[in-house]
Amino acid sequence: MARKTSLLDQCLTPKAEIPTALKFTVSAVTWVAVIGVWSILTYGGFMQDIFLPSPTQVTDAFFRLLDDGTLGQHIWASVQVVVTGFVISSIVAVPLGLLMGTFKVVQAALEPLVNFIRYLPVTSFVPLFILWIGIGIEQRIMVIIFGTFFQQLVMIADVSRSVPKDLLNASYTLGASRRDALLHVLTPAALPGIIDTLRVTMGWAWTYLVVAELVAASSGLGYISMKAMRGFQVDVIFLAIAIIGLLGLLTDLVFRLFRMRLVAWAN
Amino acid sequence: MSVAVAPKTGPYPAQPEPAGPHLSIKDVRLEYKARTGKSVLAIDRISIEVPDNEFAVIVGPSGCGKSSLLYLVAGLAEPTEGHILLDGTEVNGPGADRGMVFQSYTLFPWLTVRENVEFGLKRRKVPAEERERIVSQYLNDTGLAAFHDAYPKQLSGGMMQRVAIARALANDPRILLMDEPFGALDSQTRTSMQKLLLKVWEQHQKTVLFVTHDIDEAILLGDRIYVMTARPGRLKEEIVVPIPRPRSLDMVMEPEFIAVKRRILELLKNEIKDDEH
Repeated sequence: MARKTSLLDQCLTPKAEIPTALKFTVSAVTWVAVIGVWSILTYGGFMQDIFLPSPTQVTDAFFRLLDDGTLGQHIWASVQVVVTGFVISSIVAVPLGLLMGTFKVVQAALEPLVNFIRYLPVTSFVPLFILWIGIGIEQRIMVIIFGTFFQQLVMIADVSRSVPKDLLNASYTLGASRRDALLHVLTPAALPGIIDTLRVTMGWAWTYLVVAELVAASSGLGYISMKAMRGFQVDVIFLAIAIIGLLGLLTDLVFRLFRMRLVAWAN
Repeated sequence: MSVAVAPKTGPYPAQPEPAGPHLSIKDVRLEYKARTGKSVLAIDRISIEVPDNEFAVIVGPSGCGKSSLLYLVAGLAEPTEGHILLDGTEVNGPGADRGMVFQSYTLFPWLTVRENVEFGLKRRKVPAEERERIVSQYLNDTGLAAFHDAYPKQLSGGMMQRVAIARALANDPRILLMDEPFGALDSQTRTSMQKLLLKVWEQHQKTVLFVTHDIDEAILLGDRIYVMTARPGRLKEEIVVPIPRPRSLDMVMEPEFIAVKRRILELLKNEIKDDEH
């Protein structure tokens, strides 16, 4: 381009790229602003610390719980629930979703039911799950499964529907059987979309953690924040929330790396 | 396109044996339900006989059902009436004996160029060493040897269609179906692809059924041209192209070429409606 666009122009043009350095600066500024406002509100004495703890109080809580060994234990308890629930849900949802998006008969059989269930609030099922499967870890895992499975099913069915039909047609004219087309064309073609769906729904699984640990749990990040609420330990609530956020960010990163390595051809 | 059909196996109905191996399209009609619910007649009673080792071209205005006809021959759709026979056997679903190059890009994006060309051979359980030999040969023939490790997203449109041609030919089909394979390419790439196809075809002499709306392309490539009417698609005329082979792109200026072109233009003149330019 011969024309010199100013930085401001670049920022204000829809979908225009901006320099990498600027991108990182702007991202950093947002975080600094959030933590800055938080610091002013707390250190400046504008908010009482029983409502909003200061950054140092939260880091103090972190080291306190880290030292007595309970933090690691609660994180592990939560990770177990989320990962187990998510894995069980995905193992069933991925193949079933692919079939739902590929075979009209499976779609006709499942779609109306699934679309009904996926709008039901997960929280309303917690009492039922307790009644049916008790108050052990199974109940918590069930909440995660219930929160993610139906969403995954619908999203993966969409992914499989969006695979171009001529890709399957091309494979037929090369001698592929229907089985070949399913295994060697549809599945690999859907793989990037499947990984994206898993990444997004993993985030949702984390958001259901507190619901899962709301009742009858005796460990986990959701549990400690519930307990902290009763004891007015706002710093611990903030700590638990921050750790859930960080763990979510970490799993997101893992999925991104996974996608880059596994389906490099799609990037 | 009407109902797509996946491959199926089963007894073929007995048909009278035609003389010699060839593709025969007999009284084919194709009717489909439009989204509005009314039925549309796309193809009306078309009969075509394509002899072995001939390059046959179907040319016609857009929407005349020429692509649909190709899908029927491929077995990717079923005719409402009529029969399609390859060497006397009724076409019943798609199969490796009728390779196809599509207008849209249909390379498998997760496979490299080499693996794409190998796809059909693998499905047909051709031994590895033979696969290797065949794939290398066709990659060379289509000028793709240097790109064998590239993924489709790294290729231009013309290169992708080259791979699609190599992929179809490597599978050694009885007949090669080509559905406006160069329709999406810019005119320079298009010309070089026509040159490549001429070269490859003159080398392998595979039976080809080629669909296009480009009259120059039809004359340049074809031994025989079937001119179709606008919807419903009917066969208007069959023209044998009197231009000797090997052909080159310079031939577009020769009197025989221009005579054929004039004839086709005349036939199509009445078919091109006002809503098409």
